Amino acid sequence: MEYFLQQLINGVTLGAIYGLIAIGYTMVYGIIGMINFAHGEIFMIGAFVALISFLILGPSGGAMIPIALLVVLLIAMSLTAVYGWALERIAYRPLRGSPRLAALISAIGMSIVLQNYVQLSQGARVKTLQPVIEGGFQLMKAGNFTVVLSYMQIIIVVVTVSLMAAFWGVITKTALGRAQRACEQDRTMAALLGIDVDRTISITFVLGASLAAVAGMMVTLYYGVIDFYVGFLAGIKAFTAAVLGGIGSIPGAMLGGMLIGLIEAFWSGYFSIEYKDVAAFSILVLVLVFRPSGLLGRPEVEKV
Amino acid sequence: MTQPLLSVEHLSMRFGGLTAVDDLSFNAVDREITAIIGPNGAGKTTVFNCLTGFYPPTVGRLTVSHETTRYRLERMEGFRIAREARIVRTFQNIRLFPQMSVLENLVVAQHTRLMRASFFSVAGLLGLPRYRTAEAEAVAKAKLWLDRIGLLSRADWDAGNLPYGDQRRLEIARAMCTEPVMLCLDEPAAGLNPRESAGLNELLISIRDEDQIGVLLIEHDMSVVMEISDKVIVLEYGRKIADGEPDEVRSDPAVIRAYLGEENIAEVELNA
Amino acid sequence: MATQRQDWFATLKESAITAAVAGVLMLPMIGLYTSTRAGGLAVGTRWIELAAGVFLVFLGRLALIRIQNGDRLAPILGGLLVIATGFYLPLPNGLLTVCCIAGGAIIVLRSVFVWGNSQLQASANQNDNPTIAARVQPFLKKYGPWIGAAVIAFAIAFPWLPFADRRLIDLATLVLIYVMLGWGLNIVVGLAGLLDLGYVAFYAIGAYSFALLSSNYDLSFWACLPVAAMLAAFLGILLGFPVLRLRGDYLAIVTLGFGEMIRIILINWVEFTKGPDGISGIPKPTLFGLSFSRRPSEGTESFHQFFDIPYASVDRIIFLFYVALGLALLTNAFILRIRKLPIGRAWEALREDEIACRSLGLNPTNVKLSAFALGAMFGGLAGAVFAARQSFISPESFTFIESAIILAVVVLGGMGSQVGVAIAAILLIGLPEWFRELQDYRMLAFGALMVAIMVWRPKGILSFREPTLRLHEPDGKVGK
Repeated sequence: MEYFLQQLINGVTLGAIYGLIAIGYTMVYGIIGMINFAHGEIFMIGAFVALISFLILGPSGGAMIPIALLVVLLIAMSLTAVYGWALERIAYRPLRGSPRLAALISAIGMSIVLQNYVQLSQGARVKTLQPVIEGGFQLMKAGNFTVVLSYMQIIIVVVTVSLMAAFWGVITKTALGRAQRACEQDRTMAALLGIDVDRTISITFVLGASLAAVAGMMVTLYYGVIDFYVGFLAGIKAFTAAVLGGIGSIPGAMLGGMLIGLIEAFWSGYFSIEYKDVAAFSILVLVLVFRPSGLLGRPEVEKV
Repeated sequence: MTQPLLSVEHLSMRFGGLTAVDDLSFNAVDREITAIIGPNGAGKTTVFNCLTGFYPPTVGRLTVSHETTRYRLERMEGFRIAREARIVRTFQNIRLFPQMSVLENLVVAQHTRLMRASFFSVAGLLGLPRYRTAEAEAVAKAKLWLDRIGLLSRADWDAGNLPYGDQRRLEIARAMCTEPVMLCLDEPAAGLNPRESAGLNELLISIRDEDQIGVLLIEHDMSVVMEISDKVIVLEYGRKIADGEPDEVRSDPAVIRAYLGEENIAEVELNA
Repeated sequence: MATQRQDWFATLKESAITAAVAGVLMLPMIGLYTSTRAGGLAVGTRWIELAAGVFLVFLGRLALIRIQNGDRLAPILGGLLVIATGFYLPLPNGLLTVCCIAGGAIIVLRSVFVWGNSQLQASANQNDNPTIAARVQPFLKKYGPWIGAAVIAFAIAFPWLPFADRRLIDLATLVLIYVMLGWGLNIVVGLAGLLDLGYVAFYAIGAYSFALLSSNYDLSFWACLPVAAMLAAFLGILLGFPVLRLRGDYLAIVTLGFGEMIRIILINWVEFTKGPDGISGIPKPTLFGLSFSRRPSEGTESFHQFFDIPYASVDRIIFLFYVALGLALLTNAFILRIRKLPIGRAWEALREDEIACRSLGLNPTNVKLSAFALGAMFGGLAGAVFAARQSFISPESFTFIESAIILAVVVLGGMGSQVGVAIAAILLIGLPEWFRELQDYRMLAFGALMVAIMVWRPKGILSFREPTLRLHEPDGKVGK
């Protein structure tokens, strides 16, 4: 029971992070109908930017830490957003209207470029950060096993939930959100009605990238270990989450993220930690084969 | 009693709450051109999609009978309908293989036979004469059709580079190369100029009279429909409102109402 | 005059904006870096590199705009100048040197390319030919066989040429392995239009089946080769069956998942695969039972004893090169032939329009499965040769990056083009392995190439399609 509770806590934390990344996949897919394969790398860059800016700001120390963290968050979000914007501008915009596979190959190329760019500029070694926020609540004790809900986990879930809520507000309530939904439905018509489609797509990438940056920062602070390769697996899992929840659907991405996080935590807790990635991939395959529209997505009708 | 080539009985197709086709029954026979007409959204293309296996119908029995065998289309996958029941269709928005040559388009249509002749590629890989003969026959057949649609000189062009009207005719020729018993054409005259449209009429009549197969036709262009069809079926909101020879259908009040609206009937009758 | 000045002003402004954005992008990654110090991580600065990078981006953007506006000479000269800078000036670090050389090369190539293309376009319009490719075809048809024969003759003579040393022959074998992989994947991606991101799984299966069969059952290379190919093809069908209904990009991701799953299983199934340590001591192929070792084991004879020549360790490498060459030629012959058979045309038709295929009575599942299985089979063959070349394999050789490299070979070569894939394999595998200094930057260049090709020339460098059947000769006379 105690062990179960601990895995549940860990799973929810992990799920929150996957959910943040998954939103980026799902939004881009919704608006331009392609898999932004480089999104995992954007997450990785977010983690690095957060790490570097924290190293600069962090040493001021003591009571300043919360403010420093907030500043780091803003820096990471804005710089990573520029990466997201540039990514779209270089690798995707020229390919609009070309076959899906061409865009996907370009995205894979971009993902390789970003990974190696970071590897070359920041070194291949794993970066380890001393824990910034330590401690937590001891919820339960059974024998020598203690169920811990750490402060960091609380922060992650709270930040994620509030960001998602704010984000949901943007999508459903503002003119920008309306423009986005219009572009999803029919890009040509949206353009004819005076919506700047290019700009809307750019903003979608920017939003997705800044959410991924938040996830990157959380991972840096939570695990304290990052390297240039973290984006690949996290990206695949977040994509799985997006597909599981129904690609194109934002609540679906959040739900999918939670499910993938929980499955991964329980799988590693109860079965084998070596095969936890196999579990994630198997879920991806099963969902795509048996329910390609995901849990909350609308099925696509084949037009003849 | 002879069985009609195609018999559609109580066909219904629902998408969620929308009933696209509602209890439709009709027959089509060989050596006849049967036209299905109706206003936009009447469910004509849906009928085709059910016939050719793109959607399984919600209810209904679709039977094709030829050479003593009966095929129940509603239970078959799309490619088997084309291969075994030999009902072959064209598409409203042309679907050629644009980056393959005109000739190749016609040879791909003979895939099933060539595949068997090539012994699932083994004979072909070894270059056995058996396959080479089959390939030569396939090319000869393609040539025959290219001649009939007047594209012989452009046989090696990429199909996607052909002018629009030629692409329409090529798609029909490609369907004919599969040796169908019934050819289903989805708006073949759409986008053609009057001269091309007249050429299409001739082609369809020759398919009916020389190849002696059945033709099922969806068309908006009334000049085509009235000129060449032997039988016309009129759909409105998924339901059949008339069925008969062109002249009968033309004067059917229900049809006039569907096409022109209630208040215009008196006027039409005056003019007639 | 005034418009020209405005033009220049706009160009400079655009370049400056691009450089500014690049500056923001590079600030955290190039301007700053983390390094491990005694008390944990510390941040250092690299302002010179940052400034140089921003300046390079500015120049690059400027050149690209000028190329687009029809300038030729200036960008080419500028590009050459930048390359020269990279070569001869002592720049503060290697990354910058490589950026200079690569950036300059891209500018030069791009302007040559745009120029050449506009020339071709102009002459094509005059003759009213349906495709530009149709103009190249008569030439190729006439000289193609000769060129092919010359290339094969060169390949056969290669190990005996004066400049061919041990390392170069070994490298050529590796290039041939990638040529085979590229051709195999080309069936799936180029002809059938199915993007397979997990191709490395079949490569791994080929390598591991040979390695395991030879170490556990003492089977020879030649006995294992067909088994490896069959197992890979079988796996192709097994994996393909559930997923081939999926739409293109989903299929790509699922195949990626399969590739990773195979790798994770290879790492963790220690009893069977020896896990991350890998399998070593994989035997080399023999020539009709003649081994290439100095002292053959009891009861067997070795190559040098049989022919009574002095032992030379390079013989083994030369022989392996010929094995790879033979298999590659076999692969090529097979693919050239099958492309002209109904199954090959069905693959291409499927790539063009799956719905039309169904309506003509082609079973899409069978067509896709056959492409998948045959592609996998060649992956398996290449894997077995790879295992024989390395004598040691571990799961590390079969990561997603490997799949991406093979895909880059296919994409760069022009999907569906045999010659293009071979050239691309030489460029992408041969060059970086030869210039070891470039190793670190290889993947960066791969990624950039994939993007650039998709943006500028989505069909690859050498892409024109010769129809599998012709009614008329290319020069307009009626044949047959």
